[in-house]
Amino acid sequence: MHRLLAALGGVALWQGVVQMQLLPPFVLPSPWAVLRALGHNGALLADHGAVTLAEVLAGLVLGVILGLISASAMALSPALRAVGGPVLAASQALPVFVLAPVLTIWFGYGPAPKVAMTVLLVFFPVASGVLDGLMATPQGALDLARIADAGRGRSFIWLRWPHALPHLGAALRISVTYAPTGAVIGEWVGASKGLGYLMLMANARSKIDLMFAALVLIVALTLALRMITDRILRRFAI
Amino acid sequence: MTGDWGLHGTVRVGGATLLDGIDLRLGPGWNCLLGPSGAGKSTILRLIAGLPCGARCSGRISRPERIGWMAQGDLLQPRLSVLQNVMLLDNLAGRRPDPARAEALLADVGLAGVGARRPDTLSGGQRQRVALARTLMQDAPLVLLDEPFSALDPATRATMQDLAFAQLRDRAVLMVTHDPAEALRLGARVLLLHARRLTAVLPPDLPVPRDLAHPAMAQATGALLTRLRAA
Repeated sequence: MHRLLAALGGVALWQGVVQMQLLPPFVLPSPWAVLRALGHNGALLADHGAVTLAEVLAGLVLGVILGLISASAMALSPALRAVGGPVLAASQALPVFVLAPVLTIWFGYGPAPKVAMTVLLVFFPVASGVLDGLMATPQGALDLARIADAGRGRSFIWLRWPHALPHLGAALRISVTYAPTGAVIGEWVGASKGLGYLMLMANARSKIDLMFAALVLIVALTLALRMITDRILRRFAI
Repeated sequence: MTGDWGLHGTVRVGGATLLDGIDLRLGPGWNCLLGPSGAGKSTILRLIAGLPCGARCSGRISRPERIGWMAQGDLLQPRLSVLQNVMLLDNLAGRRPDPARAEALLADVGLAGVGARRPDTLSGGQRQRVALARTLMQDAPLVLLDEPFSALDPATRATMQDLAFAQLRDRAVLMVTHDPAEALRLGARVLLLHARRLTAVLPPDLPVPRDLAHPAMAQATGALLTRLRAA
C-alpha cells in the first residue's frame, strides 16, 4: 500500500513537472506520452525486452553458480582462500562497468559480452557474500564438529552451509538488482538488440518517449526479478 | 569403562601460567568444577574436550575416543528439525543415525512427539532438553558440561539438573559451574579452582541429587560461597 502510494506520488510529481513546463518535452516527456509509446511499440519492446531478459537470466544463473563454486572451494581449502580471499575483497572496489568495452572486444557484438558483464556483476557479490557466510559459522557449532571429529566436508554440509544461507539470500537480492544493469550496459557499448540498444536508437532518432518506455520496462524487469527472488527465498525461509 | 581420564600438568596462556601443576582425575559420577570467573574452568574443559581455547597444557590430557559435550548455549541448529538436531553428531561423524533411538531419547527427556518441530518453536528449557538428548545420543563414557543450566530460570534449572543427573548417572561427568549450590547438589566430587590450583571440597553426606532444603546443604553452600568470594 505504501509502495503504491509512493509510486503514484512519483508519477504525480513527474506529471507536475511536465505540466508546469519546467523541462521541454524532448528532455522529459509526460507520463501519458510514455504510456502511449509503451502501447504503440508493444511488439518492438517485447522483442528487445526478451533479448535483454535472456541475457540477464543467463548471466544470473552462470554468475550464481560460479560464485557458489568459488565460495565453497575457498571455504574448503585454506590455500585457495589465502589467494582468492583478498582478490574478492579487492573486487568490491573495482568498477566492473569499465570492463564493458573490453568484453565487447573479447566476445564480439552478440549476447556473449552482455552475459559476461552480468556474470561479473553477479559473481563478486555472491562469491564474497557466501564466503563470508561460510567462514562466519558460530564457534559453538564448530565445537560440535570437533567433538564429533567431523572432517571439513561434513562440517561444510551440516554446519557451514546452513549458517551461510542468510548471506546467500542477501547476495542474491543484491545480484538480481545489478543483473539488468549489467546487460543494459553491455548493450550500450555495442549491440543490435536489447532494451539498452533500443534506448540508444530511440535517443538518436529523438524518440524520447520510446526511450523512456524502454527505461520504464528495464525498471519493471528489475523490480519483477527482485520480487520473484524474494518470494522464492522466503519460501525457503532465507 | 572409566579409565584414567583427566588433565595432569601445567596450563599456560601465552607466557602466563593459568594452572600450576594440577592433577584432575575424572572418576565415575559427577565431578563439579567450581571457581570464580576467569580462573580457567572452561579452559580445563575445552582442553580435555580437545577444543581450541588458546591455552597449552604441558603435561598429559587423557580422554576416551568419544565424548559428550553440552555448553551453556543449546547449540541447536535452527534449520534442522528437533530430531535431526538430536542426530546431528552422528551425521557429523559420518555414522548412520538411528532415528528410533533419537525418538526414544527425546521421550526420555520428556519431549516425546516434538521431533518434527523446529528448535525455534521450543522454550529455552525445552531446547536445553533437546541438547541433553543430543548429548545422550553420543553414548559417550565421558560427558563434559560447560555451565549448561546457567541460562535457565531457577525452577527449570532444578528440573534440568535432576533430569541430566538421572540420564548421566552411569558415566563420568565433568561439569563446570559458577553456582556453589549446583556443584554441591550434584557433585560426587566438588573441586574448587582458585589461585591456579584445584582444591577438593567435601560435599555433605546426603543422597545425590542432594536436597537444597537440608540444613547441612544450606550450611555447606554458605561456607562454599564464602570461600569463592575470598578466592
